[in-house]
Amino acid sequence: MTLLEARSVSKHFGGLLALDEVNLSLQNGEIYGLIGPNGAGKTTLFNVLTGLYSPDHGEFFFNGEKLIATKPHMIAERGIARTFQNIRLFGNMSALENVMVGRHVRTRAGVIGAVLRDARTREEEDGIRSRAFALLQYVGIAEYANNLSSHLSYGDQRRLEIARALATEPKLLALDEPAAGMNATETAGLKKLLEIIRGDGVTILLIEHDVKLVMGLCDRVAVLDYGKKIAEGSPQQVQRDPAVIEAYLGGV
Amino acid sequence: MSRWEKLKRNPRAAWAAFILIAVLLAVLPFLADTLLSRSWVRIIDFVLLYIILALGLNIVVGFAGLLDLGYVAFFAVGAYLYALLASPHFGIHLPFWALLPLGAGVTCIFGVLLGAPTLRLRGDYLAIVTLGFGEIIRIFLNNLNAPINITNGPQGVNKIDPVSFGGFSLNQSHQLFDINFPSVHNYYYLFLALTILVIFISMRLQDSRIGRAWVAVREDEVAAKAMGINTRNIKLLAFAMGASFGGVGGGLFAGFQGFISPESFTLIESIMILCMVVLGGMGNIAGVVLGVVLLVVLPEALRYIGPFEQALFGRVIVDPADLRMLIFGLALILVMLFRPAGLLPSTIRKREFEAEDEVEAQNGARA
Amino acid sequence: MDIFLQQIINGIVLGSVYALVALGYTMVYGILGLINFAHGEVVMIGAMVALAVINALSGTALPGPVIVLLGLMVAMPTCMALGYGIERIAYRPLRHAPRLAALITAIGVSIVLQNSAMIIWGRQYITFPPLLPSKPHFVAGAAISDLQIFIVLLAALIMVGLLFLVHRTRLGRAMRATAQNAEVAGLMGVNINTIISITFIVGSALAAVAGLMVSGYYGLAHYYMGFSLGLKAFTAAVLGGIGNLGGAMLGGLLLGIIESLGAGYIGQLTGGFLGSNYQDVFAFFVLILVLVFRPSGLLGERIAERA
Repeated sequence: MTLLEARSVSKHFGGLLALDEVNLSLQNGEIYGLIGPNGAGKTTLFNVLTGLYSPDHGEFFFNGEKLIATKPHMIAERGIARTFQNIRLFGNMSALENVMVGRHVRTRAGVIGAVLRDARTREEEDGIRSRAFALLQYVGIAEYANNLSSHLSYGDQRRLEIARALATEPKLLALDEPAAGMNATETAGLKKLLEIIRGDGVTILLIEHDVKLVMGLCDRVAVLDYGKKIAEGSPQQVQRDPAVIEAYLGGV
Repeated sequence: MSRWEKLKRNPRAAWAAFILIAVLLAVLPFLADTLLSRSWVRIIDFVLLYIILALGLNIVVGFAGLLDLGYVAFFAVGAYLYALLASPHFGIHLPFWALLPLGAGVTCIFGVLLGAPTLRLRGDYLAIVTLGFGEIIRIFLNNLNAPINITNGPQGVNKIDPVSFGGFSLNQSHQLFDINFPSVHNYYYLFLALTILVIFISMRLQDSRIGRAWVAVREDEVAAKAMGINTRNIKLLAFAMGASFGGVGGGLFAGFQGFISPESFTLIESIMILCMVVLGGMGNIAGVVLGVVLLVVLPEALRYIGPFEQALFGRVIVDPADLRMLIFGLALILVMLFRPAGLLPSTIRKREFEAEDEVEAQNGARA
Repeated sequence: MDIFLQQIINGIVLGSVYALVALGYTMVYGILGLINFAHGEVVMIGAMVALAVINALSGTALPGPVIVLLGLMVAMPTCMALGYGIERIAYRPLRHAPRLAALITAIGVSIVLQNSAMIIWGRQYITFPPLLPSKPHFVAGAAISDLQIFIVLLAALIMVGLLFLVHRTRLGRAMRATAQNAEVAGLMGVNINTIISITFIVGSALAAVAGLMVSGYYGLAHYYMGFSLGLKAFTAAVLGGIGNLGGAMLGGLLLGIIESLGAGYIGQLTGGFLGSNYQDVFAFFVLILVLVFRPSGLLGERIAERA
């Protein structure tokens, strides 16, 4: 069953066509890789998908419905969570608090509840805390729960961002270069984590430069170049595609 | 381990400290009256009033990270609302219990109205627009005496009804158990009760889903949006909450003073409240309280410079009133130079500094 | 007399002064990202020092313009030293501290300067002696004095000079590089501390000129004058797009003209409901409208949210 479908999505900045009639479709439960040279439009696609930019034209269908909501917080509510290429954690909050913020969209307490701290609010707050802690354990950084997020190591910050995104209970997890800056051991650990997440029923859309990671992890891969999708298929198919080889080596 | 955690582990000491503070607060006006003077009780009343105001601004600036330089506008709206609905100016005399929530509600709406156009603005642009709003409100208060006399212009509104509950007016002395409670003492207990309420609300909000959302917006707005926080609403909520604290403070101010004029609501006032928030330690409730105490008490304490000069040089060289603000300015500079995160940085910031020390210690050990 | 033209002329004169002060704000903001709250007080100190010299010399046989020039010659270095000192003492140690900390020291510096001026020169208004020719010329029914013409011309000359400095010299290139990215500029061999000091010194020199102009124009100076002037000038800088030199000039002129026209016509516009004492409301109202529709000011870059 199709979870996400992009239909001829285009976006330009000034004279630059960052996305040119891109069509994608992600099946439920797969890990879908999005690769391409720098500046190919991958992050732009993420930003358009998650409502940070509005597309010039084209549309997204998610879980069988058109994604009309264009505001980022509505996208999160619909079940798409993301991480950022240049990690964007809440630096002055602890790791645990970062994940607790991720629960915002699935919880309800308002000002009155916060002040009166009635039974329902207390229960909800306990739920937020225990769920957040469980997620830290899930990604393997529970021991740093009370450390400031800005003081975690690079790899742990990436994991924390994933935990925070998972806290929103997404159907689709969109990861923007999660392995960037990681060493081989950390990358291997990340690969294992992503497989577990997929095993738990979350579909993953992955932008990644680490070709080995993409090839070993993804069920299907799409290649963007100058805003156009130039290839799509299994990692092996894509690897042999002359257009892809051209895109990666062409200019050299 | 922080002192707070130590107290938590020793409930008896915690209770003892709590009871000590409670007793001290209960007898404070009498202490100040006997040891210093009646005017010091009044100063303490103002400390409490400013704590309410500063904690309101702290929600906007400290929690949500929105630099508001026009906060005094809400103070002014609250004060004028009270003054116009409880004075001979229009001949309306609403009771205090109705005015207080009304003031909070109306300023809340003002907070949303003034906040809404600023939502897209970043840091300093937001600062200047809020500053503009503050000035606009003051100029209107100053000039709305013609063609229809609404605010009585620069003369301000006087003979404002004192705060009273039924027939119990806080402006009169009352005898209770053979103890005489003068007016300033009465107001002290009212302000103290409301200050404790405001501190309580602030603490509860800080440690809640809403409080975390505010901090998230402050730390990284884009990431906060991506996590499903409706940043527009959460910012407006901060403005509204902050404004309503300001409105309550304004109403209390009007009833306490019995007279208000636009002069009390200048930009300088906004800046002073901001200084209180930042100086003590932005985002930290105890820090804000400390900042208020210092900035209200310091200028008053500096009144003693005159006699000091007299004693030191045999004559008064510089008018102490002039020197007072000079020293005050210097103090602001010095505190910030030596404690850029404020006197009491918020716990999370302190944690950060401690963690940095740890990192440094580790690096040092490795080297 | 043609009121419209007259208000435009007054607005341009006032706007030229605003623009000079606004340049000081915008240069510092461009490089440090800091609202130099104390800049208005530097303008005030410039006016006070110049007036002190001018009043001391006004009994002598020296011709009026020479006396005024001497006043400026003293005021400019004083302000330059002051600007340099403020940056060294109050801002430099806080360059990596939370941004609000520097804002508070800036407020502290203004309080200190204002009260020092009050202690030195007293609370009364200090008048500008009638040294300069003030006979008005009449152009199409509007009056304009030599002083007004001089203010506008001098301001224009200074702005051209500043644009030349920033866009055509080595120093200017270093300034622009520092504004873009101080860290990289430092790596490229730019001495950032020197550049920042120079920025403060240049801005303060402009402030001295503006202080003299404004006290000459109104015929008086006062220890409190820096506050509202600084506020207006900062508003002008934001209106034009803070950090942008052209923006500060445009914003200054616009604000001056808006204010003058507002003062002249606000009564008619509102059917007599609002009087000319609302002129400041007018200025702020325009500012808010502009920022609501162009959140980065008139000439500011549109900064899209970066993800």
